[in-house]
Amino acid sequence: MISVQLPILSVVIPLLGAPVCALMRSSRWAWALSVALAWISFGVAVVLFQQAWLGGYVSYEIGGWPPPWGIEYRIDILNAFVLLLVCGMAAVVVPFSGRSIEAELPDDRIPLFYAALLLCYTGLLGITVTGDAFNVFVFLEISSLSTYAMIALGRDRRALTAAYQYLIMGTIGATFILIGIGLMYVMTGTLNMADLAERLQQVNNTRTIRVAFGFLTVGICLKLALFPLHLWLPNAYTFAPSAVTAFLASTATKVAVYMLLRFFYTVFGAEFSFATMNLDLILMPLALVAIFSMSLVALFQDNVKRMLAYSSVAQIGYMILGISFGSINGLTAGILHLFNHGLMKGALFLALGALVLRTGSTQIQDLAGVGRRMPWTMGAFVIGGLSLIGVPLTVGFVSKWYLVAAAIEAGYWPIAGLILLTSLMAVVYIWRVVEVAYFGASLAEAPVASEAPLSMLLPIWVLVIANLYLGIDTSLTVGAATMAAGQLMAGW
Amino acid sequence: MNFLGLFNYWLFILLMMTGFYVVISSTNLVRKIIGLNIFQTSVFILYISMGKIDHGTAPILMEGDVVYSNPLPHVLILTAIVVGVATTSLGLALVVRIKEAYGTVDETEIHIQDPEF
Repeated sequence: MISVQLPILSVVIPLLGAPVCALMRSSRWAWALSVALAWISFGVAVVLFQQAWLGGYVSYEIGGWPPPWGIEYRIDILNAFVLLLVCGMAAVVVPFSGRSIEAELPDDRIPLFYAALLLCYTGLLGITVTGDAFNVFVFLEISSLSTYAMIALGRDRRALTAAYQYLIMGTIGATFILIGIGLMYVMTGTLNMADLAERLQQVNNTRTIRVAFGFLTVGICLKLALFPLHLWLPNAYTFAPSAVTAFLASTATKVAVYMLLRFFYTVFGAEFSFATMNLDLILMPLALVAIFSMSLVALFQDNVKRMLAYSSVAQIGYMILGISFGSINGLTAGILHLFNHGLMKGALFLALGALVLRTGSTQIQDLAGVGRRMPWTMGAFVIGGLSLIGVPLTVGFVSKWYLVAAAIEAGYWPIAGLILLTSLMAVVYIWRVVEVAYFGASLAEAPVASEAPLSMLLPIWVLVIANLYLGIDTSLTVGAATMAAGQLMAGW
Repeated sequence: MNFLGLFNYWLFILLMMTGFYVVISSTNLVRKIIGLNIFQTSVFILYISMGKIDHGTAPILMEGDVVYSNPLPHVLILTAIVVGVATTSLGLALVVRIKEAYGTVDETEIHIQDPEF
């Protein structure tokens, strides 16, 4: 009986936890509750993923109102795959944040922090499971507003300006999405995505729908930080608390990419998006510029967190590049990289969070000699870095392999070359950290760093092992991505 | 006539552009929030206008053959109003904290203190 209610439970569980956390006085209990809820919803996500993997899709009618009148939650393999990533990352990051947040935030703010984290989590899950266009906007704002609050909690005063900047750009993006949805509603009179997909066929040669398409493209690209709309991201990631950065980097932009896929493939249809509106002509150059220029900028950063943030913008470029090929293999590569990048950036930012706890800094020169005193943390950072570069036996290799194959299949040899070149640039910027950490002489006045506590090492290494395991046994990730790409190309 | 028939939509575009321009051009952080507010409010007008049906009345069940306006956009925009209020209050709270940390709410002066902004 309860299994029928799983789609709504995945959203309701963290949503109900948030106000409870906000009322708590004890930061330890708030943390324990958040961990429990994150694990429960991970369990829900696994069950939903199994159902979607075996048979088509799971549909849930909220309040018993049948779609298209009521709000429908609709989970096919693509949703379920993204859901698995978001819940998996939360199940890892929330336990980690216990020690990390304790060190970075004043005690009285911690329960409120967990309330914001759970709200952000709710929003991301909601965007992922819903089959209703307006619902996407509501959940987007729930996750965005709590994200701004969490970023502003960073210790540096620049966290405030970063959060403000993100608030302005994020709200413009969300309002653009709202305008796009409104214009679609004017023409079709429906908000249900499956219904929209059907009815848009008759009106998609009108100017209104083209304008809606434009607004949605810009709005979603702002949220997923596609170059040149990425300006909010580096500062937000650099100055947010470590656990927040790890959570956002591995989930928030991924959910935005999912939104892009859902709107352009399912609602508008691949035919309209690519053949009529030539979306690929916009996305591909921007993705290429993002990959190259942001990798280049990452090379010159002295702050490791900022370096990884720029690298994130470049990696989002890979996902969009895969999508912009408009072929089933490119789409598979994009979806695969969406999942894999979540794993590797999660591992890297978590390892960095442990380094921050012990050294108190994210500047490269302050990490001198840390590899000898924190071997497990630095080991995790190295494996995460190898995965980011795309070395065989890691997940990074798998998705880059598919991306290069898709580029060659489409006849874009120079793009395949560029992917390899930017991977080499990743070698350089990861090596800069590794070199200082292992071969740099320890600073005399630096605090004596010891190994990170077990409650942080365990989550980090769970992710590292996932990076390695899913890099060797690819049946789960590649299988799900292929299935999702097939479904997207075919419509619902 | 056509222009007057689409009056609400012209108003929407005018307000949207005004708000957007204020957000981009203003260097005062509070003014940016005000611009953002105008920008969001313009979208409310878009939604409310699309719910209007010629000679339609409020959607309350009545005797006889009555034309009702579409209530759904109004309901949707109630949610968007709540979102707008939340965004504004969060934005203003951030501005207060920025003022405490930097002693100014002017973008250029903050930029002098912290080049990253």
